[in-house]
Amino acid sequence: MSTGTVVPPEVSTHATGGHPPTSTGLSHEKIGMWAFLGSECLLFGGLISTYLLYRGESRPGTITPPDVFDIPFTSVSSFVLLMSSLTMVLALAAIQRGDQHRLKVWLLTTGLLGATFVGGQVYEFTVFVREGLNLRTNLFGSSFYVLTGFHGVHVTLGVLMLLSLFSLAVRGKLGADRVETVELVGLYWHFVDIVWIVIFTLVYLIP
Amino acid sequence: MTSVDHKKIGILYAITSFVFFLLGGLEALALRVQLGTPDNTFLSPEAYNQMFTMHGTTMVFMVIMPLSAAFVNYLLPLMIGARDVAFPRMNAFSFWVFLAGGIFTYSSFFLGGAPNGGWFGYQPLGRNMGGHNIDFWVFGLQILGIASLTGAINLIVTVINMRAPGMSLMRMPIFVWMSLVVQFLLLFALPIITVALFLLMFDRQFATNFFNINAGADPLLWQHLFWLFGHPEVYILILPAMGIVSEILPVFSRKPLFGYRVMVFSGIAIGFMGWGVWAHHMFATGIGPVALSAFSASTMFIAVPTGVKIFNWISTLWKGKIKVTAPLLFAVGFVAMFTIGGLSGVTHAVVPSDTQQTDTYYIVAHFHYVLFGGSMFGLFGGAYFWWPKVRGHMLNERLGKFQFWLMFLGFNMTFAPFHILGLQGMPRRVYTYPEGQGWDFWNFVSSVGSFVIAASVLVFMYNVRASRKNPRCGADPWDARTLEWSISSPPPEYNFAEIPVVAALDDVWHRKYTEDASGRPVRRPVRTDAEVAAAAEMPDQPERPDIHMPSPSYWPLFTALGLPIMSYAMIYKAWVPAAIGGIWTLAGIYAWSLEPQTAEDHHDPEAGHGQEPGNPELGSPVAESVSAGGAT
Repeated sequence: MSTGTVVPPEVSTHATGGHPPTSTGLSHEKIGMWAFLGSECLLFGGLISTYLLYRGESRPGTITPPDVFDIPFTSVSSFVLLMSSLTMVLALAAIQRGDQHRLKVWLLTTGLLGATFVGGQVYEFTVFVREGLNLRTNLFGSSFYVLTGFHGVHVTLGVLMLLSLFSLAVRGKLGADRVETVELVGLYWHFVDIVWIVIFTLVYLIP
Repeated sequence: MTSVDHKKIGILYAITSFVFFLLGGLEALALRVQLGTPDNTFLSPEAYNQMFTMHGTTMVFMVIMPLSAAFVNYLLPLMIGARDVAFPRMNAFSFWVFLAGGIFTYSSFFLGGAPNGGWFGYQPLGRNMGGHNIDFWVFGLQILGIASLTGAINLIVTVINMRAPGMSLMRMPIFVWMSLVVQFLLLFALPIITVALFLLMFDRQFATNFFNINAGADPLLWQHLFWLFGHPEVYILILPAMGIVSEILPVFSRKPLFGYRVMVFSGIAIGFMGWGVWAHHMFATGIGPVALSAFSASTMFIAVPTGVKIFNWISTLWKGKIKVTAPLLFAVGFVAMFTIGGLSGVTHAVVPSDTQQTDTYYIVAHFHYVLFGGSMFGLFGGAYFWWPKVRGHMLNERLGKFQFWLMFLGFNMTFAPFHILGLQGMPRRVYTYPEGQGWDFWNFVSSVGSFVIAASVLVFMYNVRASRKNPRCGADPWDARTLEWSISSPPPEYNFAEIPVVAALDDVWHRKYTEDASGRPVRRPVRTDAEVAAAAEMPDQPERPDIHMPSPSYWPLFTALGLPIMSYAMIYKAWVPAAIGGIWTLAGIYAWSLEPQTAEDHHDPEAGHGQEPGNPELGSPVAESVSAGGAT
């Protein structure tokens, strides 16, 4: 006890730019986010494995992937999602420079691109259902909708986060001290994008 | 209800899981009464199925996991010299979610019957069962999983990021190490069972085909997903107890832990290898000779780091000046019983022998030796060991020793006969058996033993009550080694008035003792016992207004409540209330993110936006961006 040095929180948080001193120098939030994303990898890993296990296992005579997939359409919506990663990077760069105007522009753009992707997915699902593929049709239907739908929910939540950030920025509450918040949402967003690249390749492109 | 103090949350975890322990124990007694005599009719087959399902589910998910979480929550920040965990409100959230999940699962008893498909929930049986029994299991476990997952993220960040100055990884107490390994196992194992439960939920709620054999589904998908979670899970259950035992043994043998580094690395090795053995639960499913050989070998191999640990514990005791106390008895009991359970575990690694034993009582004997003889003995030892730190007074030692011997006797009476019954071919999960199979005697012994265990638990409860008036015990009644013993008992809300600077492994010990020429410990002259005691009794825990602790918050509780609402609605396919539950949770996360974390932030409404709503299945508010908002 007597060997302890006093670390008054006020002083230390000022000295480290708003963060309590940490053993690694990284903020709690960032490590927590990485841990969460690590956990998410296993979640998507399980669902993707299930899809791959059941690929081609459906009873003959039911709908198969080539019957419904519209590769050009999905390629375009995948491209839209990929571009949103670029605009996310631009948003982060803007807040790091202190450029509030561009921050708002890029946040909104990212959110809208994400919403476009989700809209495309909703459209795609509607078409598929009309062509006779639903959750109960066969193993392909079940595993396809659950996997891609689960990803779609992730994108939707990401869009919600982005729009929340945007509304904070509009109200002038996303100042320079909030750089890391944007960065964390960005981490999540890029993760969701990368997962989509994997899903798009494994589900749509590999015959 | 609103506290975010890790110590209070730890105590809440302990009380809640002890209540579930009593419930799970009552279920076990009902099972043993039914099996005590042949052709018994105490439980109907249906009730028997519900009892053994809930007994397993309760003991695994609502007793050993949260009871370990109680110790980790309470001790981990103290042991690394921190004032709280990294995300205090998320910690409260984890607890409330756990409580909600437990109550949710148990409410099934009043809503048409408890889950009845086994704690392993094999498919397609679960998929095709009528009633809502299995639905409660599916949703209950998902809720409990959220609690453990958010807890794991929180504690990983705490250990990585909040160690006191000088506390390098290799100076961390072994309990902290084992807890850290467990949190990583949770982080990566829980999503896998979440996927399995998620698929089953879709099968049951939306009639998808994941486990529909008629549509060509593979029933082994469930087993692979479940056991890929399930085997890391057994290490999730045992490693905290191993950590506790590794803290108790050195204190009472007056020696440092033998081979600290080897202990750490074998703990990590167990954590890694635990991922490569799951299919030994599936030897009887026809997975093919290559898989059988591979998993047989890996299962034998994982016994190596476990054996290393056992020999290190024995070496810690070897030639020590052993003080026989209740915690020490439980710790030694752990080592002995766990060794027996480990040995029968190795016999399961041998495929021909396992094929013979699968689905017999031999398996039941094995996992009760590791989970009760192992985990529960370790946790009881921990309860006796840290009771004075938590409550400020000791538990009665004589009663404690009496409880140990009673529990030890009852435990072996109950579970040792299972080995014999199993080898005689008595199958698991049967609600009764005919007379004259040669099983009558040992079943009766086992049932009597289960009541001896129940009596020993009553002794523990009596001890807790009888010890309330014991004299206050000072900071360091056991003359122990780790940081939590350097502050008063119970610790003040802020834990450490001054964040300690750590210079060695077992720092507190080195502050108290030095070595003479022959390596024997000699008490440092700096402080007499009286001085230590006086320093420890920091009078009435002085108020320290300069230390800002996180403020209490309603939002963790509010957010947690959304999950059972959503789950009840989903079970009864009421989509509007389900949506309300979802919005409730989301709203809770928003309000939580916008709320400043400490009182000093009140003038600063900007602090803490930028929530991460996570996703609905995990529902985890991942980053409490707010805790960065300590800035003024």
